[in-house]
Amino acid sequence: MKNPYLPEPCRIVAIKEETDIESTFTLKSSIRPQHGQFVEVSKPGVGEAPISVSGFGEGFIELTIRKAGHLTGKILESQAGETLFVRGPYGVCFPADLFAGKNLIVASGGCAVAPVRTLIRSRLADQEQVSRTSLLFGFKDPQSILFRDEIDDWKEAVPVVVTIDKEACSWTGKTGFITAHVPDVAIADPATSYAVVVGPPVMMKYTTQEFMKRGLSPENIYVSFERRMACGIGKCGHCKIDDSYVCVDGPVYRYDKALRLLD
Amino acid sequence: MNRLLKNKECNSLLGGLSADYRFFAPVRRAGRGRLSDTDLITYDQISSVEEIVWDEKTLRSAKEIMFPITETLMRFDQKTISQPSVVDNRGIVIFCRSCDIHAVSRLDKIFLDNGTSPDPYYERLREKIHFVLMECADPFKSCFCVSMKTNIPEKFIAAVREVDGGLKVLSQRRTLVDKLSTIGSECEFELHYPKQNGTEVFPPQTLDMPSELYDHEMWDEYSGRCIACGRCNTSCPTCSCFSVHDVMYDKDSGQAGERRRVWAGCHIDGFTDMAGGMEFRKSSGARMRFKTFHKIYDYRKRFGENMCVGCGRCDDICPEYISFSNCINKVSEQPGTQGESL
Ligand SMILES: Cc1cc2nc3c(=O)[nH]c(=O)nc-3n(C[C@H](O)[C@H](O)[C@H](O)COP(=O)(O)OP(=O)(O)OC[C@H]3O[C@@H](n4cnc5c(N)ncnc54)[C@H](O)[C@@H]3O)c2cc1C
Ligand code: SF4
Ligand code: SF4
Ligand code: FES
Repeated sequence: MKNPYLPEPCRIVAIKEETDIESTFTLKSSIRPQHGQFVEVSKPGVGEAPISVSGFGEGFIELTIRKAGHLTGKILESQAGETLFVRGPYGVCFPADLFAGKNLIVASGGCAVAPVRTLIRSRLADQEQVSRTSLLFGFKDPQSILFRDEIDDWKEAVPVVVTIDKEACSWTGKTGFITAHVPDVAIADPATSYAVVVGPPVMMKYTTQEFMKRGLSPENIYVSFERRMACGIGKCGHCKIDDSYVCVDGPVYRYDKALRLLD
Repeated sequence: MNRLLKNKECNSLLGGLSADYRFFAPVRRAGRGRLSDTDLITYDQISSVEEIVWDEKTLRSAKEIMFPITETLMRFDQKTISQPSVVDNRGIVIFCRSCDIHAVSRLDKIFLDNGTSPDPYYERLREKIHFVLMECADPFKSCFCVSMKTNIPEKFIAAVREVDGGLKVLSQRRTLVDKLSTIGSECEFELHYPKQNGTEVFPPQTLDMPSELYDHEMWDEYSGRCIACGRCNTSCPTCSCFSVHDVMYDKDSGQAGERRRVWAGCHIDGFTDMAGGMEFRKSSGARMRFKTFHKIYDYRKRFGENMCVGCGRCDDICPEYISFSNCINKVSEQPGTQGESL
């Protein structure tokens, strides 16, 4: 039997610096994830961490990693040609089929654009879905904007709001938290519209409330949780909330379920 | 089949089987207890039945036999990653009590059933394990197995009772029966199960814990008392959480090392720490609530039975004299906790 803890070596094919502390790594890999799933990434001798898949295609996956500590710091020092070790994919994905043909608003903040990026890409690759999609991104400041060029491309196709937390010189766009911009999103029929809300816990708490004020029911909202994880396969217990294991039953939850999970 | 074996006969049976089996039982380690002039009662390998301690409870459970405190998951050098093989391929026979046999079935649910695939490290040890039931004639004061319905054991190859100078052995297993029929003598041995404990608890029955209980004031007391030492976690036969760490054998060359898992516990600082400094259960009260619900509610919701087996070890070991059994009863006194039972 295959040992689920043993990772596969994956060569870094390309590295794109997104911000001072975040880079997107393209890894040669046969892993075929679904939107919103994550992998466990490691450097032997340093450690292992859960990282969302921010892009994938034939023979490769992309990971957008923020320097947050020991391991992620070391990964960011890696060069193209070096090897990272990966296992997965893990977790529950966004129900893209359910969203198909329906209006979808994706609201995400900061590093959390990574887990929704492949969902957005697949929506925009499908003419049927384009007219039914709108995007809402929040970042701390202009320097923290992830996937800047790609977001610009997306703006050509669908309504996109990019907001930064506070006024900044050189910034002529929108300011304030994401929550402040939910009231302006066009929602023709809340009963047949879906929202995907991903970000830090406070962001998700208040942004989902705004969507509910706009008439969306919790059943039509999806969130993605982040928890401490040491295994990714339902054994180590770190990610458990109530009777749910975020690595197995999540990280994507329908909001009516997520609401009932109390840490 | 019931046999009376003298200690000497038991020991030669153990000796004869030792090429194929290792035997573990509660033993005494003189002077190694938690307080001065006390002994440590712990599970360890035995070669004779006189080593078995009958009249005291072990500080920790037998879980470290199948779920070691530290376990190497893989070794790596510059080029390869490899899985360490099992050093000893012999079967493992554990002399233990009913609650501890039940506890292993709780670990099985997590390590074998939960998530996407069985845990191969646990599985390869677990496959080797057989239980010999130690009859509980007189349960210890803090036990509450009757309340947790773990007083009657499942799945054991033999049961034993200590008698003067020997053991009474009961077994239905054919291979064992054949062996036993040539040793010792026939005897009367009707196995007794505990019918009552010194401690009684009333676990909640509800499938939907009232949400008010999550930030109920009853948890505040624990914030003031619990020092987050985690002993309740490490002593518990059903606590299964672990962390994973990478270790380099030689830091300077960075050539070779291993990935290990180490026991972790929800009461201990850092268990839920996230990058960016976020922590989900900061207060000890919140952790006590989390552990309590896991043991007597969440796990039952997911797997159909309570996780806690009522061994009472967490009550015995807490340096702050926090009583988990009292805590269960406090929860059950709250409105809305009795609901429909599974
Ligand atoms: C489902 C999921 C998806 C994620 N996706 C991404 C992503 O796409 N990009 C990204 O940059 N980050 C992502 N993260 C966060 C990432 O896992 C952490 O930043 C990383 O584990 C920190 O590891 P470190 O060794 O660098 O930090 P350490 O030096 O170990 O510690 C730094 C901080 O990170 C916390 N931490 C350590 N290990 C973990 C862990 N396994 N899980 C959570 N926190 C931890 C520590 O408690 C500490 O506060 C994701 C996390 C989860 C759970
Ligand atoms: S919670 Fe306490 S009483 Fe229950 S199984 Fe664990 S150590 Fe024993
Ligand atoms: S043993 Fe007692 S003090 Fe230690 S973590 Fe458990 S409840 Fe807290
Ligand atoms: S990450 Fe280990 S159980 Fe979820």
